[in-house]
Amino acid sequence: MIQIKELTFAYSASTPVFDRFTWSIAPGEAWVVLGPSGCGKTTLLYLLAGLKMPDTGSISIFGKPLERPRPLTGLILQDYGLLPWATVEENASLGWNIRKFYGPDERHAPPGDSVVDITGRVHPWLKRLGILDLREQFPAQISGGQRQRAAIARTLSLEPDLLLMDEPFASLDAPTRESLQDTILSLRTERALTTIVVTHALEEAAVLGQRILLLAEPPNTHPNIIENTGSGKSGFRGSEAYHDVCNELRSAMGAEP
Amino acid sequence: MKTGHILLAALIIALFWQMLSMFLQQPILPSVIAVASAFLRELPGELGWHFLASLWRVVVSTFLAILLAVPAGLLLGQSERLNHFFSPAIYLLYPIPKVVLVPVVLLFLGVGDLSKIVIILLVLFFQILVLVRDQAAHLRSELLLSVRSLGAGRRALFRFVYLPASLPAIFTALRQSIGTAVAVLYITELFATQRGLGYYIYMQGSTLFKYPEMYAGVLAMSLLGFGLYFAADWLNQRLCPWITKKDV
Repeated sequence: MIQIKELTFAYSASTPVFDRFTWSIAPGEAWVVLGPSGCGKTTLLYLLAGLKMPDTGSISIFGKPLERPRPLTGLILQDYGLLPWATVEENASLGWNIRKFYGPDERHAPPGDSVVDITGRVHPWLKRLGILDLREQFPAQISGGQRQRAAIARTLSLEPDLLLMDEPFASLDAPTRESLQDTILSLRTERALTTIVVTHALEEAAVLGQRILLLAEPPNTHPNIIENTGSGKSGFRGSEAYHDVCNELRSAMGAEP
Repeated sequence: MKTGHILLAALIIALFWQMLSMFLQQPILPSVIAVASAFLRELPGELGWHFLASLWRVVVSTFLAILLAVPAGLLLGQSERLNHFFSPAIYLLYPIPKVVLVPVVLLFLGVGDLSKIVIILLVLFFQILVLVRDQAAHLRSELLLSVRSLGAGRRALFRFVYLPASLPAIFTALRQSIGTAVAVLYITELFATQRGLGYYIYMQGSTLFKYPEMYAGVLAMSLLGFGLYFAADWLNQRLCPWITKKDV
């Protein structure tokens, strides 16, 4: 599905974050990109989202070179992703309103998808994520977890085939974080979504990633991949296999076991 | 602000005024009642016309200022290069008290409404420009990126992000500078015009020595300033509910 070939990317004149980096992702896979801060994981996500362009090399999705944000790629950031002046419902409808604004021009919206009944597309998602009753509230009036649910509703109502998340639950407390992780796991199986989650927390990587890409201090030249087939199975969090993966990740990241 | 509190404050100020005028016993400080009756007597006639002339000048300049300053501010706010280029000039021009330009503008644009409108426009323009620019420049990059990821290009970012983000800045600018705008209006109406509250106040006070009428003019000018401030505040609350509804 996604092919990254010989990707090189640097912020002006410093050590390149990626140096002839090659990586590929098959449809339906659940990836986590794990690494310490400054390793380039957010950069990688922005490159995949089409929000940054490689210096050299290429990224293609379903064989098409990526040149701009793709209408079928969803992106969820840690925070500040919602419009502060719009209600939960208006925020969740934003993607559809943008598509309506442009019309189905294939650049900003998928072809042939004319926008009718935005409420009918958005409300089921607000309901599914348990925030339908909050639809008249503004982001500042609701909790961090509810804001992230609104961001997920906004992204998934557009029916993406690829979901990118940057530290999506990092600012949430543990119970809220686990409940949202479970939501993502069930949506993933339900929708056959390809997901890529960026995180610095190895416990989160072990829960969400069937395949885990470890990034280290730049330059990153080749993908270091850890398989974690147990992710997504019920009761995995807390199982022995889960602890094994956590230990493996811990030692791979160079920390004391 | 509660309406009851504002009315109470008005009552207290009126009481002080009344006491002061009774204490001084001077024609230059008539009683509240004398002024109020002059106000009510004059308002349907001459004073009303002067009030409308002043109101017209402020309202037109406010609209023109918004129309010119908001797009300019948004443009500078989203382009670091443009802002870099223009900000030294704005930095120099912004703090100049625009009232000192009154003679210059009068010389260039003559004595009609235009010169008065332009001078108030100058007062409001820079305030709105600077606040809208800073508001747009300080939008979080995460917000812009996530809206771009939903498919928004330049036009949709303007429509869905920059424009609504600039609304509170416009109202803040108006609330901050409406007082100055009315003050500058007063100055411009002292020169070469026979319409407007500035002219009316000056005429009644310095030429006709009709002090209750002069104070009625002062009251009308205060009400003009207060009314505009109130309108900006009311629109701010109506159009920017997310600012006031912070708590559950």
